[in-house]
Amino acid sequence: MFEAVAFYLFAFLTIAMFFIVVTTSQALFALSALAAGMIFISAFFFILGADFLGAVQIIVYTGAVMALYAFGMMFFDTTRDVKEKQGNKYIIVGLSTLAAVLVVVIFAMPMVSGNIVALYPGIDGVGNTQEIGLVLFTKYLIPFELAAIMLLVAMVAGIVLAGKKMDLSITLMNEAEIEEEKNKKVLS
Amino acid sequence: MDTAYLIETIIKVVAILLIFSALAGIGTYFERKILAFMQRRLGPMYVGPYGLLQVAADGIKLFTKEDIIPTNVVGPIFRLAPVITAATAFMAAAAIPFFPQFTIFGYTVHPIVADINIGILYILGVMAVGLFGPLLGGMASANKFALLSAARTAAVFISYEVVSGLSILAPIMMVGSLSLIDFNNYQTGGISHWIIWTQPVAFVLFWISAFAETGRTPFHLIANDHEIIDGFGTEYSGMRWGLFFIGEYANMFFISFVIPLIFLGGYGDGSLLGALGLIGKVAFFFFFFLWTRAAWPDVRPDQLMWLCWKVLMPLAVINVVITALVMMF
Repeated sequence: MFEAVAFYLFAFLTIAMFFIVVTTSQALFALSALAAGMIFISAFFFILGADFLGAVQIIVYTGAVMALYAFGMMFFDTTRDVKEKQGNKYIIVGLSTLAAVLVVVIFAMPMVSGNIVALYPGIDGVGNTQEIGLVLFTKYLIPFELAAIMLLVAMVAGIVLAGKKMDLSITLMNEAEIEEEKNKKVLS
Repeated sequence: MDTAYLIETIIKVVAILLIFSALAGIGTYFERKILAFMQRRLGPMYVGPYGLLQVAADGIKLFTKEDIIPTNVVGPIFRLAPVITAATAFMAAAAIPFFPQFTIFGYTVHPIVADINIGILYILGVMAVGLFGPLLGGMASANKFALLSAARTAAVFISYEVVSGLSILAPIMMVGSLSLIDFNNYQTGGISHWIIWTQPVAFVLFWISAFAETGRTPFHLIANDHEIIDGFGTEYSGMRWGLFFIGEYANMFFISFVIPLIFLGGYGDGSLLGALGLIGKVAFFFFFFLWTRAAWPDVRPDQLMWLCWKVLMPLAVINVVITALVMMF
């Protein structure tokens, strides 16, 4: 009974929050609703007994949304409404409805055909943190490591984009040019 | 789920809420007194014996003050922000074992609201959500200084989350569990079994990031006192401002519980002496928060970033690698 109540409560709250995100023209409302929606999603993990994933959901998405807040702070006066450029409304509504229906159909397919089988059934006496570790480091090791490499690439790219004088390479310059660079720094 | 469990949980929640709200008030009294003694003053003296009733006077003042919502602020978010700080502080308390379990009238009481097996992760996550309070409060109030304070909050949040997470990773690897009760049971063998002896670096790093997560003095630039105003709380008045206060002090108490539980043996073997020992350790860590405030200046935002990304984070990573190597061989 409790599970059903919790599920419907959080389902309603999550949908309401994400509805606010897409409909409001106030940047601060949108960001706060996004953060709240992301945190409410963690409730579903807790209801399903996946405590670890729930906590990770909270930690990862609060940090991610916080970065969005920083962008909001930089680009908008967040206490004013944002004037949105309205394109053709019918195309937007049509495409988003189509996309939503498509997602539902994709996820509903296995349920309709009735062949949902747990590939890695839970082991008795092992916490779900350990179970995730087992699956992550056996079956899904390569995707996991690939994701890590992609994040590393993104990090290096971010540093290169944001850092100063990243277009210079000391290894490609001769001594005289390096001296020149040094002197420039002193002068400026 | 039987009724007895439900009633027990509700009683525990209410008890924690009342005790720590009251402690937050008394904490301000301690803070004023200790700061006063360290600066050779007397501190609050006039209201009641030794100024003890100052807390009550402040409470009455906060509750009866007019609740002003200035024009131009984003109303709903402005109203919501203090609630986030206070609520998340108390939500984090759900996974903290405050005492060893004890039996009263033949009924065993576990002084923890929810013994989830990811306790420490949950506490860190929820405490991190608490920083949305200052951020939203600063961004929603139409005030330049409040906005700057919100920007600093975002900076502290994004950086020190990394340090606290990485520093705690090494002890978690040793214990092999994320539950604070397991942490405690790992160290029941007395002082020589405390994790601080094997993980001194992690201990110091976590302690430093605890200061950042609660926004206390070396990292008090979240609400920069040097601007003479109160940072994100500039536009707030009355009990809304009080909620920020309660959240901050409750967070200080809860993190003071978490540090001894992870590194300093917690309540030990569960005897009365161990429970008293835990209270002693909590008192020390709370006192240290106040001591630092009296003794240290704030760091600048650029120093804060330098400290986090160039000193603390590499140290934490090296610590994790060394711990892993030692555990492997």
